Amino acid sequence: MVERRPALTVLSHVVLMLGVLVVAFPLYVAFVASTQTSHEIQQAPMSLLPGSHALVNYRDALLGSAGSAGSNAPVARMMWVSLVSALIIALGKIAISLLSAFAIVYFRFPGRGLVFWSIFVTLMLPVEVRIGPTYQVVADLKMLNSYAGLTVPLIASATATFLFRQFFLTVPDELMEAARIDGAGPLRFLRDHLLPLSKTSMAALFVIQFIYGWNQYLWPLLVTTEEPMYPVVIGIKRMIAGGEAAVDWNIVMATALLAMIPPALVVVLMQRWFVKGLVDSEK
Amino acid sequence: MAQEKRVSYRSRWLPWLLLAPQGLVIAVFFFWPAGQALMQALQRQDAFGLGTEWVGLENFQALWNDPSYLASFRTTALFSVLVATFGLGLALLLAVMANRVLRGATVYKTLLIWPYAVAPAIAGVLWLFLFAPAVGVVAHQLQAWGLPWNHLLRGDHAMALVVMAAVWKQISYNFLFFLAGLQSIPKSLIEAAAIDGAGPWKRFWTITFPLLSPTSFFLLVINIVYAFFDTFGIIDAATQGGPGQETAVLVYKVYYDGFKALDLGGSAAQSVVLMTVVIVLTVLQFRFVERRVNY
Amino acid sequence: MKPRILTSLAAALLFAASGARAQTEIQWWHSMSGPLGDWVNDLAKDFNASQKDYRIVPTYKGTYDESMAGAVAAFRAGNAPHLLQVFEVGTATMMASKGAVMPVGEVMKLGGVKFEPAAYVPAVAGYYTAPSGQMLSFPFNSSTTVLFYNKDAFKAAGLDPAKAPRTWAELVAAAAKLKASGHKCPYTTSWQGWTQLESFSTWHNVEYATKNNGFGGPDARLTFNGPLHVRHIEDLANMARQGLFVYKGRGNAPDAPFVSGECAMVTTSSSVYGNLKRSAGFAFGISPLPYYQDVPGAPQNTIIGGASLWVMAGKKPTEYKGVAQFLAYLSRPEVAAASHQRTGYLPVTRAAYELTDKSGFYKNNPGTDVAVEQMIRKTTDKSRGVRLGNMLQIRTIVDEELEQVWAGKKSAKEGLDAAVKRGDEQLERFQRATKS
Repeated sequence: MVERRPALTVLSHVVLMLGVLVVAFPLYVAFVASTQTSHEIQQAPMSLLPGSHALVNYRDALLGSAGSAGSNAPVARMMWVSLVSALIIALGKIAISLLSAFAIVYFRFPGRGLVFWSIFVTLMLPVEVRIGPTYQVVADLKMLNSYAGLTVPLIASATATFLFRQFFLTVPDELMEAARIDGAGPLRFLRDHLLPLSKTSMAALFVIQFIYGWNQYLWPLLVTTEEPMYPVVIGIKRMIAGGEAAVDWNIVMATALLAMIPPALVVVLMQRWFVKGLVDSEK
Repeated sequence: MAQEKRVSYRSRWLPWLLLAPQGLVIAVFFFWPAGQALMQALQRQDAFGLGTEWVGLENFQALWNDPSYLASFRTTALFSVLVATFGLGLALLLAVMANRVLRGATVYKTLLIWPYAVAPAIAGVLWLFLFAPAVGVVAHQLQAWGLPWNHLLRGDHAMALVVMAAVWKQISYNFLFFLAGLQSIPKSLIEAAAIDGAGPWKRFWTITFPLLSPTSFFLLVINIVYAFFDTFGIIDAATQGGPGQETAVLVYKVYYDGFKALDLGGSAAQSVVLMTVVIVLTVLQFRFVERRVNY
Repeated sequence: MKPRILTSLAAALLFAASGARAQTEIQWWHSMSGPLGDWVNDLAKDFNASQKDYRIVPTYKGTYDESMAGAVAAFRAGNAPHLLQVFEVGTATMMASKGAVMPVGEVMKLGGVKFEPAAYVPAVAGYYTAPSGQMLSFPFNSSTTVLFYNKDAFKAAGLDPAKAPRTWAELVAAAAKLKASGHKCPYTTSWQGWTQLESFSTWHNVEYATKNNGFGGPDARLTFNGPLHVRHIEDLANMARQGLFVYKGRGNAPDAPFVSGECAMVTTSSSVYGNLKRSAGFAFGISPLPYYQDVPGAPQNTIIGGASLWVMAGKKPTEYKGVAQFLAYLSRPEVAAASHQRTGYLPVTRAAYELTDKSGFYKNNPGTDVAVEQMIRKTTDKSRGVRLGNMLQIRTIVDEELEQVWAGKKSAKEGLDAAVKRGDEQLERFQRATKS
């Protein structure tokens, strides 16, 4: 900083460490709960030291424990569903938006302005605003309880299209002219020149959209009612909603931690892309 | 940045082909349902759709006269204000601190951004577990300190619970943007003020904060949109709108009326109202925030 | 050569003949999870094994309201299931949707199955019967309101574990003793609208709503803010103030604190029995819902909860035959008795009750006949049950208002008056919507 004020620096560290602690506290408690038995948790207050039942709990969660009245769908299956839908959503969004942005930027055609604005308007129609009728459309198309139903209604993205559009606008015109002289058509240009340049944007978008897809809640809640198709985030909620039995908090917490791992990994390992993606996609 | 390309391809059919996937999806899953919502908002139907009656603006009138719907507006407004205030305030504090320290900044950054990856519903579950009146660690401690925590009965406790979960999740996002914003403020300005004799407190309020205002405003809109729409998972997981209707935000009511009460006309009318809210917020965001500082 | 060819031909023909009869599939959507889900699957498996023509395919479709929303959407899209399990709260909605459902009475006739409505337990079947006397849906899993109490906790507080509180006065006294001995949660209740207002009304033979609690038509209106109701809610509010009654949430959330031993007494659904038998770490007792001694006619009978099976319209006659066969199978005394004993739900037919009684089940599992006893009596016009439109919203409204009363924000009268007013609005909307 500008001048040396050790006291202020110490204060900064203290505040930051407090922040980290507060942010990490729920996670720590969840971890401790996932290593104890249901009975130990019921004896309030729960001990804040890890217990010894980690392996049993995680195994029960992953494979599905019989006997609890709530949903006890195997978490392994749910994680798979989440993974597949998150990947479809992320990759699908990138592909579709890339093509749309390419069309809008590099082509002159009648109705281009209208197309641009219709895509823009979809920004103002988040799924929460149209849940009833969208659900009906999906039901009419017999897409309930399927990967298609989970992903296709979420796969159009105005923000991704605009991101690619911004990016393409910064690509020098000379590149396209040179490719044209070489005899390359538009698709060749896209594949050989634009795509390699867009790698960074694609990576950044992938991180954001993967997390978005993995953490979807309201839409899967409506569209999946059969256990084999629950994504893991919904599965957790249904465990708590379980009927007459006491909630198996240890299994719930184990499942919650398992559910947090893939997106957290993506964020931490791809931190650079993640930050870029966040900042860029909001421009 | 050019808004137009100087040169472009000419092709009759290729652009349409490229646009087809997105066009198809938004036609079938965005515009068609939105149109349906508008239509259903003007109708009254029984659950199975066997009898439909056009009732004009009656559904909207019913909403306007329904005290619980108006209460839901108030609840949503309160919730958004609390989430935005605490989310922005705490994130700004952490960002300012992180901007100060030279050592360990990356470590702190990594440790503070991962809650972004947590699904809102899971955040709700985690905080519910901490505060569950019977088994929650924090609830128990509060009771030991003489505060009878019970979010099942007390609306203010329930609101506090969902606000805490929502803020916890949102801090990382706000923190990142504030940090980026702080780091883009030219050091020369700060140094000049320091040479003039301004202390850190004064420097912050006279230079840093005003220069951060584009970021702050942008984050304010984002946080409000977040509070309005993305927090459904938290509310459903933690309180299901209760006790009473003290945490029933607008989005939750749309869901409840459409899928539990099977009142399609009322739910559609509420959807239309929400659409209007989003449009206003989006217009605000693009009008006033478009001219933004580059990162 | 020849004989061999003949035998092979004969075998081939036989094979073709048996395989040529395609099985008619019957789709059954339900909301039973966990051990109850196993029960449903076993019923389907046994029925499928008992005959070759039809195959019942049960699918768990989420909670009751999720499954109903899904069925509504499926019906609009033209592919509804054949059988749908609908909770009792949705009965009025289903009844009003005449074009969407096929009354059970008609289905049985189509299927050529002999059908005697009188064979079913009156308080159970009566709920699902139209004013004309035609049975509309098939009673499948019905429960009623009972009081469970923790015998160990009673002993520790100096109460006689064999003596269950019979009246509300006795319950208050027991709760006071439990509290005095240090118990933090003497009494709680699940499904508060159902136990403390609906069943409370029929138990005391007072009206919950006009038109015989809604059986008489969609123009019924609520009356649960009368003097007896106000008195009862006031009593509960007093108990709450003294820490004798601890509110533990909506729906069946308070069951868990009882099963875990935290609360000593709970009024809830009789279907909790199965779970208690399996996981309770203490001795427990079952007794009928408490009543006020000074009310004439009390105790009358309690009302049912749970769900019934509705048959959706628009299917082929052969499929309806299959449905009729399945419903007849479920009504067989052995099958109904086994279901009753396995799950704790009420026996659907009188024969099932008598079979269970004769087998000594009630003697070996004391308390399991409490629920039945409460229901098997003859019903009056006011005690047959509560059947109102938009009942789900009304229950939510009741939850909200009662929560205000427990929190001390409203008096009992204010809360009940508000609930009646808001609930009547829901009834008006339902009446308007079903008229169109």
